[in-house]
Amino acid sequence: MTKPKYLLFTGCVIPYRLSSYEISARKVLAKLDVELVEMPEYNCCGYPMDVVNHDLMLTLAARNLCVAEKMGLPILTLCNGCFCSLNETNKILKEDKKQREKINGYLKEVDMEFKGTTEVKHLIYVLSEDVGFEKIKNTVTKPLSNIRVAQHSGCHVLRPKKYVARDDPENPTTLKNLIKLTGAECLDYMDETECCGNPIIGVNEDVPFNMAKEKLEHVRAVGAQALITVCPFCHIMFDLNQPRIERAFNEKFNLPVLHYPQLLGLAMGFTPEELALNELRVKPTELLNLMKRGE
Amino acid sequence: MTEEKEYVPPVIKAEELDPKFKYKMSKEHGAEKVMVCFQCGTCTADCPIARFSEFYRPRRIARMVQLGLKDRLLLDGALWLCSSCFTCVDHCPQGVEIAGIVRVLRNMTVEDKNLLPLVYKELATNLMKTGFVYEIPDSRLQKRVEQGLPPLPKPNMKDVLKIFEVTGSARLLEKVQTIAKVESK
Ligand code: SF4
Ligand code: SF4
Ligand code: SF4
Ligand code: SF4
Repeated sequence: MTKPKYLLFTGCVIPYRLSSYEISARKVLAKLDVELVEMPEYNCCGYPMDVVNHDLMLTLAARNLCVAEKMGLPILTLCNGCFCSLNETNKILKEDKKQREKINGYLKEVDMEFKGTTEVKHLIYVLSEDVGFEKIKNTVTKPLSNIRVAQHSGCHVLRPKKYVARDDPENPTTLKNLIKLTGAECLDYMDETECCGNPIIGVNEDVPFNMAKEKLEHVRAVGAQALITVCPFCHIMFDLNQPRIERAFNEKFNLPVLHYPQLLGLAMGFTPEELALNELRVKPTELLNLMKRGE
Repeated sequence: MTEEKEYVPPVIKAEELDPKFKYKMSKEHGAEKVMVCFQCGTCTADCPIARFSEFYRPRRIARMVQLGLKDRLLLDGALWLCSSCFTCVDHCPQGVEIAGIVRVLRNMTVEDKNLLPLVYKELATNLMKTGFVYEIPDSRLQKRVEQGLPPLPKPNMKDVLKIFEVTGSARLLEKVQTIAKVESK
């Protein structure tokens, strides 16, 4: 079998403040024989510019897609936002001739042309579809059998259905199944598919804080010992902002939030240091103790 | 305790209505179906933002577009509260895409009213300066190396700036006035 091979698109926010996600993702992907090629001269995916000008978002995203087309490789994203704009742009330009002509008009000015020959995949779909559950299972040497967690896939890896067209956005199972492979139990909770509110935090803090607080309450109510995410923005909302949410509502959650590859990495036998667990805002000390006891 | 405000029924003046607005909107990518919204309210019921805001209501946005209340829509800060979670898009029985409509209206606010929340102006400024929406400090880039990560690729700034120019975005961003925050209650 040939090794699956992708261009890694880290986006902006991961190198800016969440290296822990990139470090752990690279570790587990290498273990799973996935080859990552560094993407030359990419730029922001365009996602936050959609509010300014739709064509700007489409063209910035398309420029990245053109780079991937030239290299003849699919793109792997770690961020739901990057996945959203790159995947959506790829589908729109493949299917809608009018849009494609318009955007290619802009791209011509930078000597590029969208041809429609690449694909965009989020980490969870690379793992579930291309690597496969069997292969992941075989790399788990330290099953986390006495740990109970909950997942937050985040909206943009599921919705809108017409562009993502993979997991069921009303009852997503991909991340749950990936979690189960680590040996940990994955608990259901109320309003699992609800958004975290992060995209509007720069405009209004009140609504996102209420949304995130409600989610943390629902996760706590079922007795989860950690929350697992696959997007830097979801992660920031629940981990980095957790102390602020605690202060705002006079609550105590103390709920560690791990990037999925950190959880998988622990089950593969990597040390917490190798997976940059020390970079988490909410320290997973108790969780790690529990894991040790399970050995 | 807050004092109860006396209820004043909202009044719409006929001259505020632009009957052609809905046709204009229907031509925009993502807003094509706005005319078939039959006001069932599914979008509002399922919108996570509406649950925590007293006035953000996606159904109302669709109705206001149909009525042609353009200025009210564009000057009302509520537009900036949508988190683009696409729940409404997936749930609408008529295939209306509120998230798309909101995006078109936001683009129009920038273009016609020269208004944009400060945060997006800052992200755009960073993007035009560095190719990323955050200005990644040198210490971070140095730390990547120490952590064994490959160096970040250098964005092609010539291309990025060209894209801002040819899409007309550089011109739009130059003249926008910024809105600091938007209330939700
Ligand atoms: S979604 Fe955000 S982090 Fe990802 S590339 Fe786009 S702007 Fe950067
Ligand atoms: S949950 Fe929040 S951060 Fe995560 S994908 Fe949705 S909007 Fe983005
Ligand atoms: S769900 Fe669709 S049809 Fe119903 S009110 Fe919302 S936009 Fe209109
Ligand atoms: S996309 Fe916007 S309007 Fe639609 S459900 Fe999400 S927050 Fe509400």
